Amino acid sequence: MRSAIGVLMLAFAGLALADDPAFELAIRDHRFFPSEIAVPAGQRIKLVVKNEDATPEEFESKQLNREKVVPGKSQATIFVGPLKPGEYSFVGEYHEKTAIGKLVAR
Amino acid sequence: MLGTAVIVFRETLEAALIVTIVLAATRGIQRRGAWIGAGVAAGLCGAFAMAGAAEAIAGSFEGMGQELFNAGVLLAAVAMLGWHHLWMAEHGRSLALELRKMTDAVRGGGRTLVALSLAVGLAVLREGAETVLFLQGLATTEPTRDIVVGLALGAGAGAVIGTLLYFGLVRIPVRHFFRVTGWLIVALAAGLAAQSARFLEQANVLPALASAVWDTSSLLTESSLPGQLLHVLVGYTARPSGLQLVFYAVTLVTLIVAARRLHGASVSGPRMSRAA
Repeated sequence: MRSAIGVLMLAFAGLALADDPAFELAIRDHRFFPSEIAVPAGQRIKLVVKNEDATPEEFESKQLNREKVVPGKSQATIFVGPLKPGEYSFVGEYHEKTAIGKLVAR
Repeated sequence: MLGTAVIVFRETLEAALIVTIVLAATRGIQRRGAWIGAGVAAGLCGAFAMAGAAEAIAGSFEGMGQELFNAGVLLAAVAMLGWHHLWMAEHGRSLALELRKMTDAVRGGGRTLVALSLAVGLAVLREGAETVLFLQGLATTEPTRDIVVGLALGAGAGAVIGTLLYFGLVRIPVRHFFRVTGWLIVALAAGLAAQSARFLEQANVLPALASAVWDTSSLLTESSLPGQLLHVLVGYTARPSGLQLVFYAVTLVTLIVAARRLHGASVSGPRMSRAA
């Protein structure tokens, strides 16, 4: 039992100390810049979404199982992965016609 | 306007289905309509309040306030639904047998009404806040009339689906009815638990354990209407993470096993030996 707790503590310590690679994504005029981001597969990554518009946007990806509202003129961090290699699309749910992008994991 | 309606529909569908399931599960209990209606109303007020506080919430807890709030709201709903289910397992025999003669059972059943109206309110709060934020953003560019019509169409469509599901459910013969609503409540709770896992992963509170344990997006995506319905009703996800599956399974197994034990314990006499 004690060793199990020890393992759990190490795992969570790893979570806290690990420096996940960060990737920036900007929302401008209800579009994502860049609209395609290359990310490493097989590890957790940090997406930093900067909403430069005045109105809120909801970053949503069914393929990544992520959703977060980013208020206007602010930024949000979203943890994703570890991902298998492939393409994962995301949208700005409030402006789905223009706010479209994808993560390409390699 | 149509785009607005589609987005509003998607957000309200989940809340509408939860309202339907809870209404069905409390069928026959006095004043349950008032309680659940109050839950919906409170949820709507809360949604506006939350939308107003969105920036403050998002910025709190090192930028993870939104995820923690959502996960907390979801898990609270799981607890409410789970408590109702276990209460029904322990006391529900008389409800199942006599839909019309409901004196003691009804009074007792009312005890879980508070919990259920909370669960409903929390669902409306979550989906409603997203909808309010969306509409507020729209209001800066779109004419109010278009927004209102889109809102009415989308929310109306959600209500229609919920109503259809309810009328479908009440056609189930009484002797099976509460067993079916029991299964719906358990599946709903497990699905909400899996959703909370998503937010905990998103905020890096818990690890995903594995990504896309299976990928059925070629068969059924969550963006389609049947996919959305399954998503709310049984927690269907096209690419579930390991943590989502763990939360789902733990909730499902815990509720089923605990309900069996409580139900078995409530059966008196010589059949006790069969309960184990």
